[in-house]
Amino acid sequence: MQMPEPDARILSRKDDLVAQLKRVLPGGAVISDPAETRAYECDALTAYACPPLAAVLPASTEEVAAVLKICHAAGVPVVPRGAGTSLAGGVLPTADCVILGVARMTEVLETDYDNRFIRVQTGRTNLSVTGAVEEDGFFYAPDPSSQLACAIAGNIAMNSGGAHCLKYGVTTNNLLGLTMVLMDGTVVELGGAHLDAGGYDLLGLVCGSEGQLGVVTEATLRILPKPEGARPVLIGFSSNEVAGACVSDIIKAGVLPVAIEFMDRPCIRACEAFAHAGYPDCEALLIVEVEGSEAEIDHQLGLIKQIARGHDPVELREAQDAEEAGRIWLGRKSAFGAMGQINDYICLDGTIPVSELPKVLTRIGELAKGYGLEVANVFHAGDGNMHPLILFNANTDGELAKAEALGADILRLCVEVGGCLTGEHGVGIEKRDLMSDQYAPADLEAQMAVKDVFDPGWLLNPAKVFPLDVSEARRGARLAAE
Amino acid sequence: MRPTSEDELSELVAGATGPLHVRGGGTRSMARAGPGEVLETGGLTGIALHEPGALTLVAKAGTPIAEIEAALEAEGQRLAFEPMDHRGLLGTAGEPTIGGAVAANVSGPRRIQTGACRDFLLGVRFVDGTGAVVKNGGRVMKNVTGYDLVKLMAGSRGTLGVLTEVALKVLPSPETQGTLVLHGLSDAEAVAAMARGLGSPFEVTGAAHLPGRGETCLRIEGFADSVCYRLGRLADLFAGHEITRETDPDAVAARWRGIRDVAEFHGKPGDVWCLSVKPGDAPEIAARAGADEVLFDWGGGRIWARMPEGSDLRAHLGAFAGHATLVRGSEAALSALPVFQPEPAPVAALSAGLRRRFDPRGVLNPGLMG
Repeated sequence: MQMPEPDARILSRKDDLVAQLKRVLPGGAVISDPAETRAYECDALTAYACPPLAAVLPASTEEVAAVLKICHAAGVPVVPRGAGTSLAGGVLPTADCVILGVARMTEVLETDYDNRFIRVQTGRTNLSVTGAVEEDGFFYAPDPSSQLACAIAGNIAMNSGGAHCLKYGVTTNNLLGLTMVLMDGTVVELGGAHLDAGGYDLLGLVCGSEGQLGVVTEATLRILPKPEGARPVLIGFSSNEVAGACVSDIIKAGVLPVAIEFMDRPCIRACEAFAHAGYPDCEALLIVEVEGSEAEIDHQLGLIKQIARGHDPVELREAQDAEEAGRIWLGRKSAFGAMGQINDYICLDGTIPVSELPKVLTRIGELAKGYGLEVANVFHAGDGNMHPLILFNANTDGELAKAEALGADILRLCVEVGGCLTGEHGVGIEKRDLMSDQYAPADLEAQMAVKDVFDPGWLLNPAKVFPLDVSEARRGARLAAE
Repeated sequence: MRPTSEDELSELVAGATGPLHVRGGGTRSMARAGPGEVLETGGLTGIALHEPGALTLVAKAGTPIAEIEAALEAEGQRLAFEPMDHRGLLGTAGEPTIGGAVAANVSGPRRIQTGACRDFLLGVRFVDGTGAVVKNGGRVMKNVTGYDLVKLMAGSRGTLGVLTEVALKVLPSPETQGTLVLHGLSDAEAVAAMARGLGSPFEVTGAAHLPGRGETCLRIEGFADSVCYRLGRLADLFAGHEITRETDPDAVAARWRGIRDVAEFHGKPGDVWCLSVKPGDAPEIAARAGADEVLFDWGGGRIWARMPEGSDLRAHLGAFAGHATLVRGSEAALSALPVFQPEPAPVAALSAGLRRRFDPRGVLNPGLMG
């Protein structure tokens, strides 16, 4: 994966920059020792690493603005960082950049149950947002798998999803307002406790912009009353096609489960060996969860089981109690860990129209065979967001490159059938060079025009999202102007 | 001008030598007709794709909403954001289009629970101010590939680009629906009651207060047994209040259609404003407005206010958190007051910057949104 050459002029001015940053931040909040900046050299896409010039950990919107003003004046690129859990290389540094981490900004600023929102600093982790309100019967809906570790800042940057977004939507559907700092230090407030924008929906534009438009320091998030109860059912099938058809029939029948998760045989086996969740040994597995009162759950699961029986399942198991429900979810939630134990893997994130599921799974199998690699599939079937895991051995020369090439082929396949490159992980560097497979030049031009407005100098996270050759003129203009 | 293809529309915009007045069916036009030639999207029609099993519909921007709703109804589905029909309130004629609803981000009472039009918009195609055809998003439910121009286009009212095609997430229609009506509450009591309902686990999909009738309405939708159960549990929350339950689905649908379209105001004089505020602020803001009549939707978060012609609602309110839009303005109001809430300087600068980039010649509905 190519990154731009670091700017030698910036590297040579490091001491001066660090001194300026130390003047506006408390001791310990500026990290410049090469032994310590290494902690920021990569995110969860660990195949790529590069220590930054420096890292800063401001504790307030004002401190963020002060840092950005300095970097703006000095023409230094800034890479905003949440918790560093990006699977797409969204916070991969360059040697000439400053990493701006929000890890010290974790406060709950306001909780309002009557108006159903919480306002937090964005360094707060996803799960601890729910943690702040759950005793009072509320929760924050988006639930990415990394929710224990990932920060709201990163959730907003990548517009993160999760297993339950079939019913509750993704981050952008649950974000009411934010405070952000533009690259030149200007503080902007968008949205709030009220709904929708009075003018353009800049809130919706900023959500998912991968830290390229501004640094989001505070967020107003919608919280929801917890349902009375929830219960999953596990359904095993003898083929992927049948499982795919069952998903479509459940949706068509007017039941709206909160989650429909899908696993294929390689994934089922690995999860079972790892978590002992009691999964059947079959080709495809669905976990379908519904919510409501006991009677409502019985009714909905009754309909789902009736539909499933029409597809001749090899296993149909309804959780009898919380313990069994936990076990059914345990296998799914430990899928990535289970895979990591037996292999290195690349986790893809393309989305496809649900109707294309069987065709795409078959084609992925064929592509994998062509590369001599194995792919395990686990994904959010209700919304077509796939997570093929490409298994490889990082210690074998050339295997990473081969796995990446297969990944690119699979993502192109997703686009070809009417889907997209990434459903919830973001583009980062990982899918950056595939953007031209999904978008025509005019489509990318329109997106880059937005960055021109928010960050005319292209200093915020500049080497991400857009193919380097496509963004080169804009990034180059900044260098030439210095 | 009424192009019948995206190519033709692109040529018309590229060749425009002066301002264009862009519109869908023209049923939601709020400001005075802008200068320039009318450019209608009503010639771009047709449902390109409807996949019930994937909850997806793709349609050309000029497709009548009625046609889309009929196609969805045949599969037991609907547009869950419940787009308002503005004709009764604005006294307009014509056929509301899906592109118009998207361009104005029009959402009804269900917005409070299920989301706005923009939340159901999966993808767009549009022609920008230079005539370039741009696509963004797609037709799948989860998509974070690049910037979300889909949200930017929703509610931009043709000022950044002319929509040619939209992809929407649709939802199953519920088996039935019911309304719990609380009688005789003050505005403050009503907002508190609606907060209680919306904060319960019973999935209230509409919460409106009609002071003129002394009615506070909470809607429940779903399978019949479940609706019955939840109406009962909800009623328990308000023990001691005067309550009626409405369970005839047609009556319930008619009631919420009336709330959606602000039927209370139809045929009455004055300017009509729509405010978006923190629900808990609503009673106090409504009192400050000095309106002839108000109606609360979205648990109080949306206030419809009927004002004497030409009166400046924003001046009555002073600083408040939220925004006020002049939805139906008299000549006196429109000549003096901006239709949309003026934005703070840094936000206004970003909005103006986007307009300059997407419509560098300033031909698309110039002046409508700043």
